[in-house]
Amino acid sequence: MRRTLLAIVLVLLLGGVARAERLIVSVSNHRVTVTPNYSGEELVLFGSVEKDTTTPADRTAYDLVVTVMGPRADMVTRRKERTFGIWINTDYRQFLQVPSYLALFANRPFDAITSPEIARRQQIGLNNVLLTQRVSGDFADVVPNDAFRSAFIRLRTQRGLYREDASAVTFLTPTLFRTGIPLPAEVPIGTYEIEIKLFANGAFIGKTETAFEIVKVGFEQFVATTARQNGLIYGLATAAMALMTGWMASIVFRKD
Amino acid sequence: MQLYLPIADLPVNVFLVLAMGAAVGFVSGMFGIGGGFLMTPLLIFIGITPAVAVASVASHIAASSFSGALSYWRRRAIDPALASVLLCGGVTGTTLGVWTFTQLRALGQLDLMIALSYVVLLTTVGSLMFSEGLRALMRTRRGALPARRTHNWIHGLPLKMRFKRSKIYLSVIPVVIVGTVIGFIGAIMGIGGGFILVPIMIYLLRVPTSTVIGTSMVLTLVTMLFATMLHAVTNHLVDAVLALILMVGGVSGAQFGARAGQKIRGEQLRLLLGLLILSVGVRFAIELVIQPADLFTIRELGVSG
Repeated sequence: MRRTLLAIVLVLLLGGVARAERLIVSVSNHRVTVTPNYSGEELVLFGSVEKDTTTPADRTAYDLVVTVMGPRADMVTRRKERTFGIWINTDYRQFLQVPSYLALFANRPFDAITSPEIARRQQIGLNNVLLTQRVSGDFADVVPNDAFRSAFIRLRTQRGLYREDASAVTFLTPTLFRTGIPLPAEVPIGTYEIEIKLFANGAFIGKTETAFEIVKVGFEQFVATTARQNGLIYGLATAAMALMTGWMASIVFRKD
Repeated sequence: MQLYLPIADLPVNVFLVLAMGAAVGFVSGMFGIGGGFLMTPLLIFIGITPAVAVASVASHIAASSFSGALSYWRRRAIDPALASVLLCGGVTGTTLGVWTFTQLRALGQLDLMIALSYVVLLTTVGSLMFSEGLRALMRTRRGALPARRTHNWIHGLPLKMRFKRSKIYLSVIPVVIVGTVIGFIGAIMGIGGGFILVPIMIYLLRVPTSTVIGTSMVLTLVTMLFATMLHAVTNHLVDAVLALILMVGGVSGAQFGARAGQKIRGEQLRLLLGLLILSVGVRFAIELVIQPADLFTIRELGVSG
């Protein structure tokens, strides 16, 4: 009996804390299809901050950080060094289960939203996102200015796969917000998680999550899947295609 | 028109790739070569990874050598016995080549090895061909007949066999070795190897010019088909869409190239080809020596989930 009562009190308490503000979000499209002539697109995330009676009256200005994470993958970053006069891949680092797409959006600069300590804990900003490396048998993230880590982020950013934009989130009203999620042409397929974190006066006050999916459709997806799953049939088909093309050419252009 | 390449994982302009195929086809038709040594670097140049380029070009070369081999077969310019002995080596060499390719890729040294092989092979073959062409040109200017040696040390080897259509009596050992070497480098570099094989067969094995190109095309055809299969099964790197565009461009370009080639004299043709091969080799050399724009590269080890 006492235990049940305690549980009810706890639920009420926690529920009360979590419900101080409620985030309601939605993406413009939960299923993005990549067709053969897909050349990138932009999704729109919009939502609102719902206040209720327990919300402190002095809370008026909210800050938002939106994190979009694509399917995770293992990646290797290699560094070239000059050896015997030519440039050779020498050193490398393995990045384990890092997001293949990563975007961080906010309504104002990350350091203005919250303290460095909270930013680190909540993984706010590309410098604070956890990117696990395998460093000689150990698994750990390293300092943000590590050569391999910064090169990794720089290369992914160049391809449009990693991005951070501290002005992408716009508040239409004090509680209604929207942000665009740009997806480049070579976007990895899979499930994308979106985390929306709410801050007020530098303090983290809650978050919500949503997701969308990127799927490839059509002939090219069929080709890619076949190549990976039925290598032998795919190889035979390609070889047959080569022979057909060659044979047809010799008929079309036959001189004698 | 943009088209997304499923395996190379990048959008390309169809007309650009088609034009590249046609240009390389023109050159290959003109010189009677597969053109892989031009196609692979061009693909790398437009941003396709060397691994995908090498694997996909293999099927492109198979197509162009098949159409070539068919017309040579009709003219009875293929020596079936010589081709089968070459193939014994060729298939072994291709298997070894694809295996080495997979190992190097895992070590992260594939791109380097492809570039290094291009530098070594193309500069050597290119300068040899260029100087030979130059000498031949000088000889014809002076009006002297080329000196012809009929036998060399290769004709002293055992296991001799009579190749009827080529009218030669030759040991199978050097033939198998040549086949193996061509198969091996072909699988690693994404080349048919015709531009090395034809001179070797003419100068070293003394195969008459009437059967040499047709027979070398059979070797190219089979090793490249085999390489396509192996690359598809082991590395999943063959981009069929890319290969098809290249094939269509290549086989049509080759027809016009062949007509253009008939208008140019043999020595000049060799001189030009030597220069072309040499310049591709030098371009790769420069790339290795100058500091790359970015010292870091990323490779994905496969998306999970």
